[in-house]
Amino acid sequence: MTKGNTDSITIHVDGRSVQADPQRNLLESCLSLGFDLPYFCWHPAMGSVGACRQCAVKQFKDESDQAGRIVMACMTPSAEGTRISIEDSEAREFRASVIEWLMLNHPHDCPVCDEGGECHLQDMTVMTGHVSRRYRESKRTYRNQDLGPFVTHEMNRCIQCYRCVRFYRDIAGGEDLNVFGSRDRLYFGRMTDGTLESEFSGNLVEVCPTGVFTDKTLSRHYARKWDMQSTPSICSHCSVGCNVHLSERAGIMRRVTNRYHSRINGYFLCDRGRFGYEYVNHPQRLRRPAVRASRENSVSLIPLMPAEALAQLGVRLAQKKRIVGVGSPRASLESNYALRTLVGGEHFFSGMSEVEHHHASLILRVLKGGPAPSWSVQEVEQADAALILGEDLGHTAPRLALALRQSVRNQPMEQLERLNIPRWQDSAVRTALHGQKGPLYIGTVAGTSLDDVATRTFRGAPNDIARLGCAVAHKIYPDSPKSSELSLSEADLIREIAEALASAKRPVVVAGTGTGEAWVIKAAANVAWALRRRGVAAGIAFALQECNTLGVALLDGRSLDRTATTGADRNRDAMIILENDLRRRLEKPTLDRWLEQFDPVIVIDHVDEAVPDHADFVFPAAPIACSDGTLVNNEGCAQRFFSAMPKEPDVEESWRWIRDIARHASRDSFQSMSNWNRLEDIHDAIAGEFPLLRRIGETAPPAPFRIWDQKIPRAPHRFSGRTALPMLETIHEPQPPDDPESPLAFSMEGTPRQPPSPLIPFFWASRWNSNEAVNKFQDEIGGPLRNENPGVRLFDAQSRRVIPFFENAPPRCDRRNNQLLLVPIPRLFGAEELSARSSAIRERIPQAAVVLNPRDADRLGVRKGHAIDITAPGLVRRLPVETDETMAGGVAGLLVVGDGAYVTLPAWVTLRRAPST
Amino acid sequence: MNDDRPLTGQIRRHGPPPTLSEYEDCGGYAPVRTMLSHMTPEDVQQEVMNSNLRGRGGAGFPTGQKWSFVPMGADAPRPKYLVVNADEMEPGSFKDRLLLEGHPHRLIEGIIIAAYAIQAECAYVFVRWAYHPSVIALGRAIREARETGLLGHNLLGSGFSLTVHVHTSAGRYICGEETALLNALEGHPVIPRSKPPYPQVCGLWGKPTIVQNVETVCNLPHILAHGAKWFRNLGKGKDAGTKLYAVSGRVKQPGVWELPIGTSMREILEHHAGGMQEGYAFRAMQPGGGSTGFLTEDHLDLAMDFDSLSSVGSRLGTGTAIVLDDRTCPVGFVRNLEHFFAQESCGWCTPCRDGLPWVERLLADIDNGNGRPQDVEILERHVTLLGPGRTYCAHAPGAMEPLKSALRYFRSDFDRHIHDQRCPWKSQGTEA
Repeated sequence: MTKGNTDSITIHVDGRSVQADPQRNLLESCLSLGFDLPYFCWHPAMGSVGACRQCAVKQFKDESDQAGRIVMACMTPSAEGTRISIEDSEAREFRASVIEWLMLNHPHDCPVCDEGGECHLQDMTVMTGHVSRRYRESKRTYRNQDLGPFVTHEMNRCIQCYRCVRFYRDIAGGEDLNVFGSRDRLYFGRMTDGTLESEFSGNLVEVCPTGVFTDKTLSRHYARKWDMQSTPSICSHCSVGCNVHLSERAGIMRRVTNRYHSRINGYFLCDRGRFGYEYVNHPQRLRRPAVRASRENSVSLIPLMPAEALAQLGVRLAQKKRIVGVGSPRASLESNYALRTLVGGEHFFSGMSEVEHHHASLILRVLKGGPAPSWSVQEVEQADAALILGEDLGHTAPRLALALRQSVRNQPMEQLERLNIPRWQDSAVRTALHGQKGPLYIGTVAGTSLDDVATRTFRGAPNDIARLGCAVAHKIYPDSPKSSELSLSEADLIREIAEALASAKRPVVVAGTGTGEAWVIKAAANVAWALRRRGVAAGIAFALQECNTLGVALLDGRSLDRTATTGADRNRDAMIILENDLRRRLEKPTLDRWLEQFDPVIVIDHVDEAVPDHADFVFPAAPIACSDGTLVNNEGCAQRFFSAMPKEPDVEESWRWIRDIARHASRDSFQSMSNWNRLEDIHDAIAGEFPLLRRIGETAPPAPFRIWDQKIPRAPHRFSGRTALPMLETIHEPQPPDDPESPLAFSMEGTPRQPPSPLIPFFWASRWNSNEAVNKFQDEIGGPLRNENPGVRLFDAQSRRVIPFFENAPPRCDRRNNQLLLVPIPRLFGAEELSARSSAIRERIPQAAVVLNPRDADRLGVRKGHAIDITAPGLVRRLPVETDETMAGGVAGLLVVGDGAYVTLPAWVTLRRAPST
Repeated sequence: MNDDRPLTGQIRRHGPPPTLSEYEDCGGYAPVRTMLSHMTPEDVQQEVMNSNLRGRGGAGFPTGQKWSFVPMGADAPRPKYLVVNADEMEPGSFKDRLLLEGHPHRLIEGIIIAAYAIQAECAYVFVRWAYHPSVIALGRAIREARETGLLGHNLLGSGFSLTVHVHTSAGRYICGEETALLNALEGHPVIPRSKPPYPQVCGLWGKPTIVQNVETVCNLPHILAHGAKWFRNLGKGKDAGTKLYAVSGRVKQPGVWELPIGTSMREILEHHAGGMQEGYAFRAMQPGGGSTGFLTEDHLDLAMDFDSLSSVGSRLGTGTAIVLDDRTCPVGFVRNLEHFFAQESCGWCTPCRDGLPWVERLLADIDNGNGRPQDVEILERHVTLLGPGRTYCAHAPGAMEPLKSALRYFRSDFDRHIHDQRCPWKSQGTEA
């Protein structure tokens, strides 16, 4: 919800005069002021619809009015002098009656319900005081549906608040969940059983106030909220950096929930972020150091004690002069920096492929050098016009896509003031807007999930999209370079887009690395800069590949280009690969040849599949979920994450392994690392070396931070089984595991007070056991968390700077005889390495395939399901064909689903139907 | 034209409805012709405002005033819509059916007048699914009107264009709520909309829309033909015009009659409906359909107009009365009504969706001899809890009106059911 102006007004609640915001309704005002007023259908991000009637209060006309009348707080504006009573007996009776009605058919199966203990319905029931049942008739029952691997459905618990369908349809744009029937026989579900199609389906679990929609992955290793230790962390499955809570019990990661962040994810996560966590529990996860005595005769890796492994490595490395380090965009800034320190800047690779590295550097240049500011997710949501170039955001940065879906309402919403409709009045807003949409233009290779809200879409090869983008920039500001060869219809489209963007107040241009084409990034920059030059307050946002792509790009590493991968000497050089599956970034022959040249090859990772055959030493790294560190998101915002689990024996954060390797190898660089015992020590070093990262230590309070001399407990005060859990090993109650790294404790003991926002381990407040408790952590509903530290924005745009536009826009992408341009089509499930190891996500990964426009398929004589041979220099593959009407002509799409084979795309390829076998 | 029965005077009791030429022979469509050539939309609005015509759908909102909220002029959003609510679903009501089947041309003429007054270029007639003859009659009449140039592009060369569509609804009581009707027409679940924005500003497909009852629209031609003053004088009391009154129940001649608005209930019951059938005595009546409160013998001399009935806690509603006799169990009677209302709840807000089925089941328990002493108290509480302002729309408050008055007038019958654990009427074997 947009924030109101700051002119506060006085309202009277139960005789107390309090200040409120006139842009808000009474429910929001009461909750912001700390009053406990029950509600169901209202949601801070979805507004009011007046369906559940739970937030009834008594409103009085004036001081002399004693009778008053019952109103719904969520449907009544806060106006100067408004007099209400929450405690009024008639209002209380009505609220208790609403619960009594909702309970008529509720099964009261709390003991076997996954929601039990964090159920908004339980909380509200207790809050209203309704206790005894008077309804003596039979209850209504339903048949439940199988909704796929993420969400469990139990309709009997439904209290018909309509939140699920409002989120799923109105907010997320899904179409396969709806409400059926009428009267007291409503059914919230799909037409038939089947997997929920929306990439945001997991939010139903949190949006539902009771146990109709629950987390199916949690139920496979279920624990109550009060029995889990939770930790603030950052989602590591895309570049957006959504804030999450990770919950753990007995060494098993149990689930991910949304951790409210006012500038990024707000109240919602995508399904990859929510259900991708199970890679932490993967049975093949690397948990012990291992050493291979020899590469000959396929000798296998032998597990060793850490000290022994390090000692052996020390011996092997002592004679070596040079270590090459390969960093990783999925490892923390600290680990990458540690590697860079160990090997020296000239031997440090960013760990990104040549294309990836180039794009990340380009984006960094655009964001920190150009006049267009990098916008956060919530700023994008406030945009009143948008242009997307190339990127299928639903698959590469879903939370950003969700924000853009909301943004199309902003321009039509400007008429609400004239109609005297407040923005929180969702049903009235939707009636008044009646599906009107503001400008959103999308140019992509194939259809996207945002097309249904787009003003217009256009398709083409990545270069063609960039060419049109450059033409839009030129139209907006003629100094921007011209594009050649525009057709009449293209010129018309370009004029329309240019006018829509230039006449908007807050337009945004969005692009990314998904197409593999640098020009879409440059074209987006040209458009945003052209708007800025015209005086329009435009912003820009990019989707990158991994959670720390921008962070590692800041460390000045080298890319894995062809020249780099040739110069090495097996007799002199060793290599350390940090949390990186190089098969995803180098073609196999190149990779094999390169690794051959190093001895030893040292791998620090937690993913077994990432360990190449050439590895001589393997050190088990703690994944992001089980470690502390910093990530830099697509906006350029550095955020801290904390370990959700006590340290496992033999597993260390990568930077510790690197430090220990330096010590055992007696490297000169160890001098600068010798005092690295805590994250803060590295932060000092980073800040000293990289001016852009000088505030890296400010993302969260340092490890010694205490509240009233107490640490912040990860476990709630009701945590059970503290003594019983370790019973198989010891009958004595062990000390709680130590966590010297952070102000958080693996314990239920500690401060009961609210910590600064980066340290909030879970949302829970007295009388508010569900995630709705987040209201109690904000000063103003939907506003920043109390004591908010939103992370550190590392750089700001140079708004007054005039920098040259990117010149030489690409020419029209000509079709070639017998060849198609093969472009990457990243998929939400499969494209990202870690989430793809989660069992629930694995069920959703599509089969690798080549996607063709049906006309191109006809031309090639293939149909859906046929096998097709792809040939290009250095590439021969056979894949099944998929056809897609929305695919641009002359272009073939390769579904990026992490099947292990790396190719540099886009590339011209020859496609031929495979001989049938 | 039959002057004291302008609405129904031309309806044949056992014959087909008047054709276009028959209607025109009696002066039909003359007001439209005059209007199109001599009156501005503002003139029409003013004339209807002066006539004091109030909506005949049940709420009694002044028609002219409703029209005045529609944005007019060149800047007004386009298109604008007129929607005629012919989804007559009120229990006991069958007055609109008479007009639809008996005289569709009068309705079409009224539609042209109303559409012209608000400058709507498109009209929908939203007809109840079961009214097949009405749909056929309307279709035929629209065809005739179109062929004569009374509908379609550029009506009679006036520059005003109007298309009329007949929409057969899927049939829900809640369609009587105008914004729910609009949702139904758009193909959405039938749930009332939030107001504001009101349909006059933001209605069908988000455009300015007027929703009007059939009977209201049918009054427009003779208001224009004879003037506002004449129309006002048709009524007996404060209200203007004639009204279709109807009576069902154990009376000698159940039926529907057009009478001056403000005629007393006693006159309608005794004079027009012929009094009670032999062997049945009058106990109470619902004056305006299933959602209006019971009135008793004491109220029979009241004028059947909007204000008189609300003064005694009931409503004129649709003006179609249901009579309760002494040989019908009032508990069973109310149970039947509440069954209907519970079934017709749209399911949007909690009190209505879950409160009404509870009320229905409690009444069933009492009626079946399973009532408990505290049940009446729960029923009484629901009367308050489902009152106006507490629910999303007027459906549940309407459903509570008969229950509230039944608990007042027939309380001893409820108590007797519970005390005896059986229905006294059923045991006598006289339950009809």
